[in-house]
Amino acid sequence: MTDMSDLKSENQWMSEERKALLGKRHRTERRFKMLGLGAIFIALAMLVTLFVNITSKGYSAFVQTRFEMNVTFDETVIYPNGDRSAQAIRGASYGNLIRNTLRAEFPDVEKRRDLRSLFGIVSKGASRQLRKIVMEKPSIIGTTTAIWLIASDDMDMFNKGYIPRNVVEADRRVKDKEIKWFDHLDAKGSVQKVFNWDFFSSGDSREPEIAGIWGAMVGSFYTLLITFAISFPIGVMSAIYLEEFAPKNRFTDIIEVNINNLAAVPSIVFGLLGMGLFLNLAHLPRSASLVGGITLALMTLPIIIISARASIRAVPDSIRQAALGLGASRQQTAFHHVLPLSMPGILTGTIIGLSQALGETAPLLMIGMVAFIVDIPGNITDPATVLPVQIFLWADSPERAFVEKTSGAILVLLSFLVFMNALAVLLRRKFERRW
Amino acid sequence: MSFTPLIILLLAICTFGYWYGSKKALTLVPEQGRVDRGQPRQFGTFVVIWAAVPPVFLFALWSVFSIMSGEYKNKVFNQIDQIILPVLLILSTVLGCYVAINKIKTGLRVRKTLEFVIFAFLILASTVSVFTTIGIVFSLLFETLNFFEKVPVFDFVLGLNWSPQTALREDQVGSSGAFGAIPLFAGTMLITLIAMLVAVPLGLFSAIYMTEYASKTFRAIVKPILEILAGIPTVVYGFFAALTVGVFFRDVGSSIGLDVVSESALAAGVVMGMMIIPFISSLSDDVITAVPQSLRDGSYALGATKSETVLKVILPAALPGIVGAVLLAVSRAIGETMIVVMAAGFAANLTANPLEAVTTVTVQIVGLLVGDQEFDSAKTLAAFALALVLFLITLGLNVIALIVVRKYREKYD
Repeated sequence: MTDMSDLKSENQWMSEERKALLGKRHRTERRFKMLGLGAIFIALAMLVTLFVNITSKGYSAFVQTRFEMNVTFDETVIYPNGDRSAQAIRGASYGNLIRNTLRAEFPDVEKRRDLRSLFGIVSKGASRQLRKIVMEKPSIIGTTTAIWLIASDDMDMFNKGYIPRNVVEADRRVKDKEIKWFDHLDAKGSVQKVFNWDFFSSGDSREPEIAGIWGAMVGSFYTLLITFAISFPIGVMSAIYLEEFAPKNRFTDIIEVNINNLAAVPSIVFGLLGMGLFLNLAHLPRSASLVGGITLALMTLPIIIISARASIRAVPDSIRQAALGLGASRQQTAFHHVLPLSMPGILTGTIIGLSQALGETAPLLMIGMVAFIVDIPGNITDPATVLPVQIFLWADSPERAFVEKTSGAILVLLSFLVFMNALAVLLRRKFERRW
Repeated sequence: MSFTPLIILLLAICTFGYWYGSKKALTLVPEQGRVDRGQPRQFGTFVVIWAAVPPVFLFALWSVFSIMSGEYKNKVFNQIDQIILPVLLILSTVLGCYVAINKIKTGLRVRKTLEFVIFAFLILASTVSVFTTIGIVFSLLFETLNFFEKVPVFDFVLGLNWSPQTALREDQVGSSGAFGAIPLFAGTMLITLIAMLVAVPLGLFSAIYMTEYASKTFRAIVKPILEILAGIPTVVYGFFAALTVGVFFRDVGSSIGLDVVSESALAAGVVMGMMIIPFISSLSDDVITAVPQSLRDGSYALGATKSETVLKVILPAALPGIVGAVLLAVSRAIGETMIVVMAAGFAANLTANPLEAVTTVTVQIVGLLVGDQEFDSAKTLAAFALALVLFLITLGLNVIALIVVRKYREKYD
């Protein structure tokens, strides 16, 4: 036993050496902490970069350049042979109307090559635009009216500043003469950027300026509907069986292990399953949202089962015992008491599973949902595409204008996902019960 | 045959059965000494089940038969499909209804029947996932066996040359293609390695900071934000990797005199790593939180600083769990498709240089199967063989990871 003074004299932990060591250890501590904070910071910075990048590329997809032109709805062009039926109006050559309009606007353009590029400053979709106007209001025929015509993708890109003026002409997609025409229109106040309804209301197109995501959105809707209709009931029923009824035996074990493994199978493998089973064996229609929905349902099923089991397990046993004590059968207990109480949790898990399905691309490529589809799908067996696949397709297109469209579509997809996840969080906050 | 009228008719019969059954239930004389007689709606449902099960069963049987026989445009087949099948369906429904209604008598234990049927459905539902797995294994296995009839197994497993483009005419040079899968697996491994180099340190350090240092509010705010990374669709990452990160690395490379292709393995790997960060961070978060507080307290009591505790006590204790998390992340990276399809190369290139373009297993599967394919060509079948290998690798990784994690859990439970 040493006495106090002895200890003090040997006060090693206050020696200079020890202090230095302690300082070093504290510095290491701070460095370590900064490392952790730095990791989080880098991860967040990546996230922010991604969002800023996509948003800065994509926000301009929501506006569209239009040129105001005085279109003469010439009767001799619309009814070249005097036939005034609705059929004739529908089939009339609106392209000629536009060409005449452009000629009248720029009378000094005469060379054939120049004329061709002049006709190219207005979108191919403009003739559809005129047809719609005439079909809606036939009385316009014979008059000259100022119409805002959709500009071509190059003009649109130029107006939005993606094609700079100060580049050598040979390296620029928009040539000097086109810039001259553009400036002429701009000086008159005939160039305008308007909200791009076409982007939200039309299907895919080879022309970026009139390509839209409505077809893909409808396809996504049908696909998700099928996915939900299949995976939700089956998922909930399996969860109830496994949690409430299943005996502890080998069979149940196999199912459990299987579900866990299925949740980790790469999504593309599900695509091959869908292709082999539903297309090649069952001959279901290719590219249809029906097949896409079933394939995604098989993929979503394990997610739903796992989350449903967790929320069923969270219901306390006292609820079950009370129900059984009052004479309810085991099924009545499960369906009348446990299930309603665990529903919020199950729904949260389902929404999260569905939001994953909404963003899934790879398995849908396998079952042919990559086709170029212009028409809006009318039912679940029509050929369709979905938002993520549309993004993939556009990302592959060489036109500069599709970069903007792709980013725009990504923004729409992300906002759907944010909405779904917010809904899930809200559900959890509002209905979750802590027992 | 148009389905809609038939379905409406069958539904109408069922509705009638429901109505009639529940009405008939009310006329029953109560049984002596029994409280539980069943409610009218249960009797109604009883009738509906009797009415609906036979046609559904018949239809399923017919569908399976027609798929198996594969005779689609056959005339006799069409006649059965168009006329005989609907008639049979309607007859069976009516018959079912009739039998069930006759069964409604005093003393019928209707609830028992219903519960039996529901129970059968529950079991059926929970076997769906098993059948999915069986479906995956079989659909891949058959095509793979077909493939190995055309291409020897060793050429596939050990071959160094991958060029699956088969010629259009039989007599063209190189019509058999080359199916050596080594370059694909090497490419997959390279990209996975890069992804892990990004994701493991970032994810692990985030998890350590979140669990050991961060305040409750910081954690509550930052953790969900980090998880957003996991919720972003992979096609978005692919677009980002191809158009932004790839180009960025190429420009940086050329400014310092390195030759970086814009489809470099580096770009795809980094972006994939970015996607996997939350995966690793939340899994290791769970594992680190599961380390008992007593271990921390013991370490602090000995005078260790927080970082010393983390490095010398918590991480060794949590190591099996973290290894499990990393294994799961690897399996995820190997199976990831869209990022590499959009940002990695397509030509098989056996290299370990991350600045060059490599291709992966998933890229090749997509490349071989998207678009028109002739069936039974080695090219198409190769995709199934690749998918089978992919399936087995990810399955193996997952099983190992689950065992490791479970062992670890047992240690502290």
